[in-house]
This record gives sequence, structure tokens and C-alpha cells, in this order.
Amino acid sequence: MCLAVPGRVLSTAEVDGTVMAEVDFGGVRKEVCLQYIPDVTVGEYVIVHVGFAIQRLDERSALDTLADFERLGILAEEFGDGFEPATLQGASPEGVGR
Amino acid sequence: MKYLDEFSDPDAAKKLIDRIHATTTQKWALMEVCGGQTHSIIRHGIDQLLPDGVEMIHGPGCPVCVTPLETIDRALAIAARPGVIFCSFGDMLRVPGSSQDLFSVKSAGGDVRVVYSPLDALKIARENPDREVVFFGIGFETTAPANAMTVYQAQRLGVRNFSLLVSHVLVPPAIAAIMESSTCRVQAFLAAGHVCSVMGTAEYPPLARKYKVPIVVTGFEPLDILEGVRRTVVQLEAGRHEVENAYPRAVREEGNVPAMEMLADVFEVTDRTWRGIGAIPRSGWRLSEKYRAFDAEQRFDVSGIHTAESSLCRSGEVLQGLIKPHLCEAFGKECTPRNPLGATMVSSEGACAAYYTHRRLELVDVK
Amino acid sequence: MHDVTAMANDVPDLDFEGWACPVPLRDIPSVVMGHGGGGAMSGELIEHLFLPAYGAAAAADLGDSAVLTVGSGTRLAFSTDSFVVKPMFFPGGSIGDLAVNGTVNDLAMSGATPLFLSTAFILAEGTALSDLGRIAQAVGRAAEDAGVRLVTGDTKVVEHGSGDGVYLNTSGIGVIPAGVDIHARRALPGDAVLVSGDIGVHGVAVMSCREGLEFGTRVESDTAALHGLVAAVLATGTDLHVLRDPTRGGVSASLNEIARASDVGIELVERLLPVPPAVRDACSLLGLDPLQVANEGKLIAIVPAEDAERVLAAMQAHPLGRSACRIGSCVPDHAGMVVAKTGLGGSRVIGLPIGEQLPRIC
Repeated sequence: MCLAVPGRVLSTAEVDGTVMAEVDFGGVRKEVCLQYIPDVTVGEYVIVHVGFAIQRLDERSALDTLADFERLGILAEEFGDGFEPATLQGASPEGVGR
Repeated sequence: MKYLDEFSDPDAAKKLIDRIHATTTQKWALMEVCGGQTHSIIRHGIDQLLPDGVEMIHGPGCPVCVTPLETIDRALAIAARPGVIFCSFGDMLRVPGSSQDLFSVKSAGGDVRVVYSPLDALKIARENPDREVVFFGIGFETTAPANAMTVYQAQRLGVRNFSLLVSHVLVPPAIAAIMESSTCRVQAFLAAGHVCSVMGTAEYPPLARKYKVPIVVTGFEPLDILEGVRRTVVQLEAGRHEVENAYPRAVREEGNVPAMEMLADVFEVTDRTWRGIGAIPRSGWRLSEKYRAFDAEQRFDVSGIHTAESSLCRSGEVLQGLIKPHLCEAFGKECTPRNPLGATMVSSEGACAAYYTHRRLELVDVK
Repeated sequence: MHDVTAMANDVPDLDFEGWACPVPLRDIPSVVMGHGGGGAMSGELIEHLFLPAYGAAAAADLGDSAVLTVGSGTRLAFSTDSFVVKPMFFPGGSIGDLAVNGTVNDLAMSGATPLFLSTAFILAEGTALSDLGRIAQAVGRAAEDAGVRLVTGDTKVVEHGSGDGVYLNTSGIGVIPAGVDIHARRALPGDAVLVSGDIGVHGVAVMSCREGLEFGTRVESDTAALHGLVAAVLATGTDLHVLRDPTRGGVSASLNEIARASDVGIELVERLLPVPPAVRDACSLLGLDPLQVANEGKLIAIVPAEDAERVLAAMQAHPLGRSACRIGSCVPDHAGMVVAKTGLGGSRVIGLPIGEQLPRIC
């Protein structure tokens, strides 16, 4: 289910009574139906599935999640000794885990 | 692509993998519900990087795979009619019915077109008022709002030559069906992120409580999957079974309210058969009374077409992680990716197809 | 990669090879689009229908380009290709450019210097003459650029409804220099796998204007004649083992073909693959794998590892090879299979595409 990708809203327009938008996916542009997130403004990111924006992408959350991953690493390093055996067991020098 | 690439970063992945290894002390069987997640796991080789104790069971969340044989046969019958333009997502063209697929219908003269969005099919209908245009409306809760909106628009704009062949399926009843199975091995779920983008998370706490399974709403990029696995394992190790949202950038608790309102207007809950699994009560949507005029099954009178699933196929057991694909008697003989009998051989991400084509599950076997 | 082979020994005795070749063309009584997709189905058509039917008259492998020895040892390369691309005009080119460059490249992939081309048009009744004129001009221009002569041709018209627009067949003849021996069977474990530049560009450009998929992109087809680039590689003096232009089915189809023909494994390193951002993003949007998307102006070269740097330098000095790079190696393990090492350190098998590339939703 459900290949959906984030894109940035470039412009919006009403077509046949429906809110449509031109959305930019890193240079690839596609017309997308915005009817389910009508209050999105130009410049915001939306998650698009089969030509429909199904949810607004919360940039704050995205950055927080990435920061959390960053912190996980720091934690792992602080407690390095305790985690070491499990890490070694899991990863060969080439990084292929078995 | 922004907000996609960052979530594939190898360094961050390494940290997450290390943490999963550090957390895992015993064997756990997790199911990723969504076919998109399975795709990502195989595409990035994520399963090979997890601890030996963490087994990923590929769930039934591929709409292409679970669309029942009977529905495919009805689609083929409609697509073969003169005067019909049959539109579909690309995935469905190679899925075989009992004797052929949409590609063969096309080769025999049927007007079968691949579209990116159901709105494209509506556009084709408006441009071809003298033809009947049918869209093959498959998918989970993620795809349903698109199909619902298209039917709504067809009615509003008076596009009478458009109809929808509906085969929508729902995730929560499938999770319940898997857990109800007496031989179920699944101990936790990575819930399908984009389904929850639409529907929110409210349906999952009762499931987590009833079946005592952690359910972590998970995205699709490598870091998302790893974070979903990490949080699931943390819960399992701690003996907890809660619903967590590991995909907050795209999932809000309340879901997408306008989309859910549209779904409630256009669809109603119905029983559905899942290919290779069987009938699951109240596990799908069909058009509501108000929009029944757009139902292709009625318009083309194909509801009389009934097809039984193959009795040889054991994909239901494969889907639940009960048997490995090669233990099915039909595997590699009657059933191959070119001539699949069941859900798991249909899609290239299905467990049987993956085993057959990539010999991948051999790796899992030796764990 | 060692894992794949090692593990294979531990599973029950399964005859995968026996199954990989099912009963000829069963269940499909008529031709479907996938038969022309350059993947597994095209291969089956040749193996199970054409070769048996041709019998003793067929040459061994019916490959992209035949090598024919005439007179006192002159080796000719001979190739034919038909072009049915829809739409006929796309960003960066047209069916006319493709028809010339495609056949020139088939010749070039055996190391030949292309000399002569034929053009045979099949036109649907009702096709606009202005469209035909644009295509003919593109043919002329591309042939001039490639330095080949258009020496014979034919035109047929089919009734409205039995065709669509313009179909174009080109056949070509070239001469292979002495000492050059390039063949898909010649890859050896240890060889370097090189690609001459960004992959997936042509396929994305064409898809961007196909009905039902339309999307906006700056990507233009990479259609180009590659014999100059091949000459630059040969000038390094390397013993060039294999050349392929990864058209339909993309890099994955070409490498699978080579792995099978040479009975070697091929190991790619995903992070080394030159996938331009616009191609990657279009593929993310449509659910496609850039490795399976068509190219029309790129080549894959398999050369002895010790020559890799020298060959790369020669490619990068040529206008059509500026972003040439090494993407992997031939290995003794998993013979006949292509395996990619993923960015995260896992591995995945790169399969032969079955038929047409279709956008997916899941």
C-alpha cells in the first residue's frame, strides 16, 4: 500500500470546484489534488499518494525525529562498553550483518 | 528529495542498528504490515542488518497481492467489453486472474490504460463521453480517499460514463484476523504509516490491548523502518504493548478529518475476501447506497462471476509466517512469479516471489 | 555477497534453475507488450519461438549485433532494430534520433565503426506529414552527426487503425578493427564494471510525457551515438571484455545478460551508481528502480581491473563520458546473478525485469 512521497506546494488553483496544486518533488512537478488539506499554503510540504495530498508534512516533527536519531548515537557512544558485544555480534567488518 | 533522503542516511542507520542489537536479548517475530515497508526492507537489505533474534514477517499489506481472484476476473470481463476504457494503476496489469491478466486483455484489443491517479481516469471519461470509463479502485485506507473523491467529483460534475470497480481493504480487521489465528507467531506490528496518515491512530489501542501486542506506526524510509523496529523491540523487551507513533511527521492521532468524512460518505464497510487468506468480516469498503450508481460491478452485471481460489496455495500460512515458501507443495511447480497461484507469489515483494526470484529467504532459514 | 552462496548450500535441494525456465510461453496465447520489453519475456520469445522455428538457418545467439567475417578476414558488424516509441517526440529527441543512434550503438557495442544505415518507415494512414518531416530531419541530422551514410530505405503505409503514427526500422553495417574482441561472454571475475554516465535519463524523459503519467521535469533524453566514446576506450589499448548499451530494461537487464552469458557474478555498489537527483525523484514518485529505466546514450564497459582507471580517464575526457565511473566488479560468487550492496551495508539481488516498467502504488 502506499507509495507516498513528500513534495512542496508551488502554487494552488481551483479547478472545477476542486483545490488543486502544483507540487514539486525535488525538480519533478506534478499536479496534485489538495481537497483533503485545503488550508495548506504555498511553500508547505505535503505527503502525496496517487495524485492526492493525504497529509501535511510536519517539518518540525521531521527535524525532531532526525535530532532524536542523532542523540541515539551519542547515547550509544557514552554507554559504549555495554553495547559493544551486541554490536560486534551483529555486524561484520563489511557491515553485512551475518 | 527533501524529507526523503535524510531518512536514508547510512550513519544514522548504523546508530539505530547498533541500538537494536544492544536492546535485543531474545527472539522476536515482528510483522511489517505494509507492502511498501516490505519493499523498503528488501530494497535496502534491512533484514540482513538486524540481530539474529529479530525476524521480520512480511504482512498482507500489498493491495495488489490481496485483491481476490474473483475481483480480477470481474475486472478482466469488464475490460474486454467493446466500448470500455479500463483504467488501472500499473501494479494491477500483471496480476493474473484465473486464465489471463489485463495485459492479455489489452493484447486482445481491450482498451486498458495505466494511470497515475484516479482523477486521470475521470479526465479520460470527460474526454470520451461516448465510452464507458472504469477505474479499478483497489487499495487500503491510503488510496481510498483518492477513489472516493473521484466518485464524488463524477457525481458532482455529472460524469455518467464513469464507474469504479471497488476492492478496498482495511488494515485493522486484518491485524485482528492474523492475531485470531490459532497458530499466529506475530508478537508485534509495524503499522502502515500512510494508512494512519489518513485514518489516524485511534483504531489501534484496542487491538494492542486485546492481543497484547506492541503496535508502532512506522514510515517507509530505512531510518523510519529501523526506528519502528527499535521501538517495537524496546516494548517487547520491557513487556509492554502500546501504540506508538514513530512517523509523527506524516501521522497525526486524529488522521485526516476531511478525508475520513469523504470516506464515510462515499463508502460503507463490507465483508471482503483476501486473496490467499480468505474472507475477513467487515474488512473492506464498497460504495454506499448514495453512490451505488457508480459501481462498475452493477453497471456491467459481473457480480455473477465467481472464482474459487486455488486449493493448492498455502499463501495464507506463508503470510502468517507459519511455513517457509518452499514447503508449499505448489511452490516452483504450479506456482511461479509468471504464473502465481496466491498473494505471496503475485507481487515481487511477496514472500514466495522473493524466495523464488532472489533466493533471499534462504538467508532467513539459516538464522 | 559471500553470504548468498554460502547459504544456498544449506537449504533443501531445490532445483531453481529448472523452474526458472518454465514451459515455453505457456498461458500467454498472444503477444503482449512485455514481449518487446527487453526483459525476461523478450528472451523467452527468442529462445522458445524464434530459435526453434529458424532451425539450422539461425546463427547461434541472435544478439544485438552480429559479427560476420567476409573475404580475407574483414569482420563486419550487422545489426537491426525497430523503433515504436510513444510519444514520437519527447524532451531531448524523437523517434528519428533514437532510430539512428540505437542502431549505431548496437554496432558500436561490438567495437565496430558504423558506416551504413538503412531506414524503413511504416506509417499509419492519417499521420501528419509535418510530423513525418520533423522525424526525417532528425534522422538526417543524427546520421550526419554520427558520420554514417543512409544508403537504402523503404516506406509502407498501413490502414488507419492497424498502426499508430510512425514506426521506424534501421539496419546498419560497420567494420570491426583487427584485434578487437568484445562479447557478453568475456567478463571475468575480478573485472571492473564501468558506466559512462548518469543512468535512467531517457526512460524518465519519455515517461514524463506519456498519457496518464505526465509530470514536469527538466530531464531530457540522453540519446547519442556512442561509437566515438568506444573508440576513445579502445585507444587506451585495454583488452575491452564487454560493452553494452543499457537500453530497455536498463542497467539491470544488461548486467543480468552479461552475468549469465559469462557465468560470473556481478556485484554493484549502490552508492556509486550515477543516478541524477531528477531521475531518483521521478523514480521515487512512480515507484520505479532507476536500474531498470532505459538509457539511450550510455554504455557499460567491463574491463580488466588494472585498466579501470585508464579507461575511466579516457571516457571522462570524451564529451559523452564526462561523469563515467566505476559501479562494481565481476566476482566468482553467485555466478549468473547481479547483487547490489545497499547504502546501509545490506545486499539485494538485482533481478531481470520481467516486461514493461510500470508505475506502482505500493
